[in-house]
Amino acid sequence: MMEALFQALTLSGGYNARVVALGCAAFGLAAGALGCFVLLRGRALIADAAAHATLPGLCLAFILAAGMGWNPRSLPLLMGGAAATAALGVLAAGALARGGRLRDDAAMALVISIGFGIGVALLSVVQSLPVGGQAGLSSFILGQAAGMSAADAWLIFWLALAALAAVAVLFRPLAVLCFDADFAAAAGLPVRWLDLALLGLMLAVTVAGLRAVGLILVVALMVVPAATARLSTERLSVMVPLAGLLGAFAAWMGAGLSAAAPSLPTGATIALVACALFLLALLFAPARGVVAFALRQRRLRQEAAMEARSA
Amino acid sequence: MSIAPPALEVRNLSVAYREAPVLRGVNWRAPASGLTAIVGPNGAGKSTLLKAALGLVPRLAGEVRFFGQELRQARRRIGYLPQRASVDWDFPATALQVAAMGRYPRVGWFLPLPRAERERARAALAEVGMADFAGRQIGQLSGGQQQRVFLARALALEADLYLMDEPFAGVDAATERAIIDVLHRLGREGRAVIAVHHDLATAPQYFQHVCLLNGGVVAAGPMETTFTAENLSRTYGGRLSLLDEAALRPAAAPPAGRPLRAVP
Repeated sequence: MMEALFQALTLSGGYNARVVALGCAAFGLAAGALGCFVLLRGRALIADAAAHATLPGLCLAFILAAGMGWNPRSLPLLMGGAAATAALGVLAAGALARGGRLRDDAAMALVISIGFGIGVALLSVVQSLPVGGQAGLSSFILGQAAGMSAADAWLIFWLALAALAAVAVLFRPLAVLCFDADFAAAAGLPVRWLDLALLGLMLAVTVAGLRAVGLILVVALMVVPAATARLSTERLSVMVPLAGLLGAFAAWMGAGLSAAAPSLPTGATIALVACALFLLALLFAPARGVVAFALRQRRLRQEAAMEARSA
Repeated sequence: MSIAPPALEVRNLSVAYREAPVLRGVNWRAPASGLTAIVGPNGAGKSTLLKAALGLVPRLAGEVRFFGQELRQARRRIGYLPQRASVDWDFPATALQVAAMGRYPRVGWFLPLPRAERERARAALAEVGMADFAGRQIGQLSGGQQQRVFLARALALEADLYLMDEPFAGVDAATERAIIDVLHRLGREGRAVIAVHHDLATAPQYFQHVCLLNGGVVAAGPMETTFTAENLSRTYGGRLSLLDEAALRPAAAPPAGRPLRAVP
């Protein structure tokens, strides 16, 4: 197993494994970088709702393909279906919460429940279809990088890179929007469009990650690397690239591990690597880490005791 | 008044959030320059008036003109200072980076900020006495210092009209002094400042004009003739406390040349 892991991580495992590792890393890079803005704009729960609302779309796309005689495992088709219902879910959450009709968190919990509920119900319809390939759908729930085709990996790679480029171009407007939306609007930024762009990018990254990470854990790669980076720096211009690198590393490692042990779901492996990195930052981050905090507290206590004694 | 169009003109403005309207048919012409306070009880719609004028909250009816122009045409001439509590100060940015946000509308949102522009942001920080904190993360600043950073960002906009939402809320005496110095500089340069203000005792000392607001405009005009006990009691509907009235008595008719309230 160690040998297989080494092969996967050093890109010496053959063309297909190389491309899959590359696609996963690109997804991790985009998810980590975009995740910073998702987090700072307070959209982490929306991202999770969107991810869960992809399941009905995946199933509907599969059913449609089966009915039309197309290949029901075509990744672009499944991604399209997933993005469509995820967008519907996000818009529904927005509409439910508008004007204070419902609290934001309640609206998002509702979308998660409805989206995932319909999805699971549709899965049983899919199982009863007289075509093959149903088992492939389950890899969209927990994620399975192993067995991905090179063409699928390239699709993920380019989609992630496009999202990353958009984040780079919109960096400054998104930063101002996340810090102070009213100021941004008063200064002439099209705040509504920017928020839509942020949601669109979030959807793109979500569907890019579905195949490898799975819909349940895809939000982890948007939230965890960004939170890790936030612990480690006080600068957005450091936080975004750092989160991207952390995400890319986690996805790369996770894909490698799951290539070495195909019974491990890739999504779980990637999420656990990301969480391990977070734990390291939580303990050892220079200013915000637990250790630094404890040391600072001890020093302050000692100083206070010295002053009390000399007084 | 001169022929210059009012810095802000509001006609028949109505705004509602959920049920009852917050503002009902507001008509007001703010002077073309100088410092104007918007004064009124809680829930009078003071902040809403600023936000509705800037298009940040939808309006039911009414028109807004800045210097005789639509918001779209006049946007570059307007600077907005939101309430300090409206943003998350844990945001990963330094004081200088926040001040530099005030330069983006002029420089463009996509290109890196040229050195000269960063220096302008730094100069704005210096004017509010925050030059030494340029590299500090904004969450590590005190409330008063955060308010000054907000003011520096507004100054960096180099606007002709500033709309400020409670610029003095929750700040220490030194910050209040620094802010009022900046406001007076803006007034001397012929710019207009419209600020939501809560402290009835200091309003007549800090501002030249006043708009008394409670759902609609109760009275508006020069401070000396408008800021009267009678107009105030009409604005506050008898809810003015004894303390407030005591504070008002000397202030209602300020002697000429009276110095600002002593602040260290």
